[in-house]
Amino acid sequence: MRLGGRDVAETAFRMEARGVSKIFGTHKALDTVDFGLLAGEVHALLGENGAGKSTLIKILTGAYQPDGGEVLVDGTPVHLDSPLHAQSFGIGTVYQEVNLLPNRSVAENLFLGHQPTRFGLVDRKRMNKDARVLLKRYGLEIDPASELGSHSVAVQQIVAIARAVQLSGKVLILDEPTASLDRDEVQRLFEVVASLKRDGLAIVFITHFLDQVFALADRVTILRNGKLVDTSRLSDLTRTELVRKMLGKDIAFSGSTSLEAQRPVTDVLLEFKNYGRKRSVRPFTLTIHKGEVIGVAGLLGSGRTEMARVMFGIDPSDEGSVTLNGKPISIRAATDAIAHGFGFCPEDRKADGIFGDLSVRENIVIALQGKLGWFRALNRDEQLDLAGQFGESMDIRAASLDMPVKLLSGGNQQKVILARWLATDPAFLILDEPTRGIDVGAHAEIVRTINRLRDDGMALVVISSEIDEVVAYSSRVVVMRDREMVAELRGEDISPAVIVQAIATHGEATSEETAA
Amino acid sequence: MNRSMRPLLATVAIFLVAYAAAVFQFPGLLSTRVLGNFLTDNAFLGITAVGMTFVIISGGIDLSVGAVIGFTGVLVAVLISSFGLHPLVAFAIAFVVAALFGAAMGLAIHYLEVPAFIVTLAGMFLARGGASVITQDSVPINNEFYTMISSLYFRLPGGGRLSFVGLLMIAVFVFGAILAHRTRFGSYVYALGGNATSASLMGVPVARTTVQIYMLSSVLACLAGIVFSLYTSAGYPLAAVGVELDAIGAVVIGGTLLTGGYGFVFGTFVGVMLLGLVQTYIIFDGTLSSWWTKIVIGILLFLFIVLQRLVFAASARGDRSSETA
Repeated sequence: MRLGGRDVAETAFRMEARGVSKIFGTHKALDTVDFGLLAGEVHALLGENGAGKSTLIKILTGAYQPDGGEVLVDGTPVHLDSPLHAQSFGIGTVYQEVNLLPNRSVAENLFLGHQPTRFGLVDRKRMNKDARVLLKRYGLEIDPASELGSHSVAVQQIVAIARAVQLSGKVLILDEPTASLDRDEVQRLFEVVASLKRDGLAIVFITHFLDQVFALADRVTILRNGKLVDTSRLSDLTRTELVRKMLGKDIAFSGSTSLEAQRPVTDVLLEFKNYGRKRSVRPFTLTIHKGEVIGVAGLLGSGRTEMARVMFGIDPSDEGSVTLNGKPISIRAATDAIAHGFGFCPEDRKADGIFGDLSVRENIVIALQGKLGWFRALNRDEQLDLAGQFGESMDIRAASLDMPVKLLSGGNQQKVILARWLATDPAFLILDEPTRGIDVGAHAEIVRTINRLRDDGMALVVISSEIDEVVAYSSRVVVMRDREMVAELRGEDISPAVIVQAIATHGEATSEETAA
Repeated sequence: MNRSMRPLLATVAIFLVAYAAAVFQFPGLLSTRVLGNFLTDNAFLGITAVGMTFVIISGGIDLSVGAVIGFTGVLVAVLISSFGLHPLVAFAIAFVVAALFGAAMGLAIHYLEVPAFIVTLAGMFLARGGASVITQDSVPINNEFYTMISSLYFRLPGGGRLSFVGLLMIAVFVFGAILAHRTRFGSYVYALGGNATSASLMGVPVARTTVQIYMLSSVLACLAGIVFSLYTSAGYPLAAVGVELDAIGAVVIGGTLLTGGYGFVFGTFVGVMLLGLVQTYIIFDGTLSSWWTKIVIGILLFLFIVLQRLVFAASARGDRSSETA
């Protein structure tokens, strides 16, 4: 078994997964993964989308049953039927979205199902008193009778931890607990976690923020594509090594920059100045020229998508300004962005992109129709004409333009969404993970389209986890880390090695942060 | 102050102001006689509304209660008049039938994951249809025991009468308040209405609680049906048509959030009283058509829904600003 540190091997694990596998259909979400958790440690679990992190967590919490391998608690094999069953073995979980009841009192949230009773009735006085004592240990001095929803997310998160520890007490699984917290709140949470660790709790910590991993965790387990990459002590790892392991770039870097993309550009299209949104993405300054592809690199949860959403006005910015062709504009909603000639292909195609039951034709014309408004309806001939035209130029492979778009392959769906925006003749297009989950042929097609649009003078922002791909088509690369734009690379700096370095390391930006 | 208290306080304030205004116009309204009748006349609605309060707090709805009242009335009347059973035996049978009926709806809602609206709508048709199958006509109940309890009352100072059914309603409200606010079951009901996913992750027995909630609603509707038959001394299959909507109205006016999670049993009591006041006022006035009751209830309902929106939207904003601060 691969374990970090020799001294660890002899120590008994508080909780262990031995060679667990989980198969969904034909897809192996988890492939014989070993995971050992010690008492009194914070163990970070890392991996990109689809790495198998959440599958492993669901197996450890009893939400899924493994198809192979076994789970052990204190050395004894156990069968965990449900999160509640896992709780009885001492395994508690706190999720990113606080899974408590905002409509009930803090005390009730702590003790629900275990409220102290007197003569069959809930003894509120005692419950509130117990809650006050319990919360004090976590440094919270709040009225236990107050409604949970009236407190900040951080407080709710701590209440959730208090409940989980109270009811389980051996293993605490923190599933991205800091995702919606600000800096001070994260600090507060960390103090709580550190003190629980001193009390001997075994803690699994899942996060996308590398700084937090290094600040809090003792050991780290990295998964990729459902397989265990490594478990090791954090003190034995550098940031760059960690990122390489996560991204699977430990082999020789391939990929070369596109000379076409490096053409000098002059006409400024958009200028975002200190543009940002609280709790979403820290202010960034970015100039976008016509005929330019800005690649956005960064780990999952680094603020890439948030940046796109703020640019497109889905989450309007609360700071900074933006100019279009030198004139200041205001983007308060997606409709504003569309009116200014923006387009946006979201990351989650199925949930946010396609209208599955509508036809290919309807999916293509919908953004244009939205832009034209109610009173200039495109008639069926115009629609067919448009759809046919883009169907051909984008090489959309559908039996008929009138078939529901959900029947198409992922790659063709992506092309439909691209066509939808191209029909509106945008000046600026944001693509969030345009090549995720599509086959190689369609992949190449999308990349070709990106190149063609750039050569036609369109400005594009393309977000991708595929570093080779970013390198291949970007004129400039913006690197995101911890919700912040940390680097802007151009020319020779656009290489996988430099990008990985930028994602991983504490740059100047980070030292600024700590100073601030 | 707990923000969910605000709609309740508003209801209480509106009731007091409306009552004072009505008394100002018709001083006769301020008598124990009128108050006693208030309780008696609205007893079946109040009892139904207690069950509805639990259902709505849990995030559901029960459209079947009016039909259950009608069905119970007919069932009890037939069991007593045609089968010659003692009323208490008839009541017991009716309670068992109602409990099973409620349990079946709860099971369907939980396990088939069908919205409560549809399941209880089906339940409404079933119960109403069942009542009409038993009999098409009004079945009179001539039974000594029946006459005895329906004429049972305490004399109030000032010549008013607090009837048995009025007292029964108050008892049901007290029972409901304790159940909602002082038991684990009550906390589970609020938990379901707050966030069903969280509730199940926190270990709330969701299936059991859902079934119990609809059983409670049906059993209380059955009790309301018995009260209604005591009140009218008959069972009629088309009795209490639309009472489910009056009950929902009373619950919402009483400050319970239609989306679930917030509410008070006491609020429902005030809501029922407010509806009763409107009715009594219109009777006292004498010139207004009784349909004005519906119009006033409509306006009140609308007012309260807007009020709740404002209260909850305002406090949501407050939460956010305190977070960012």
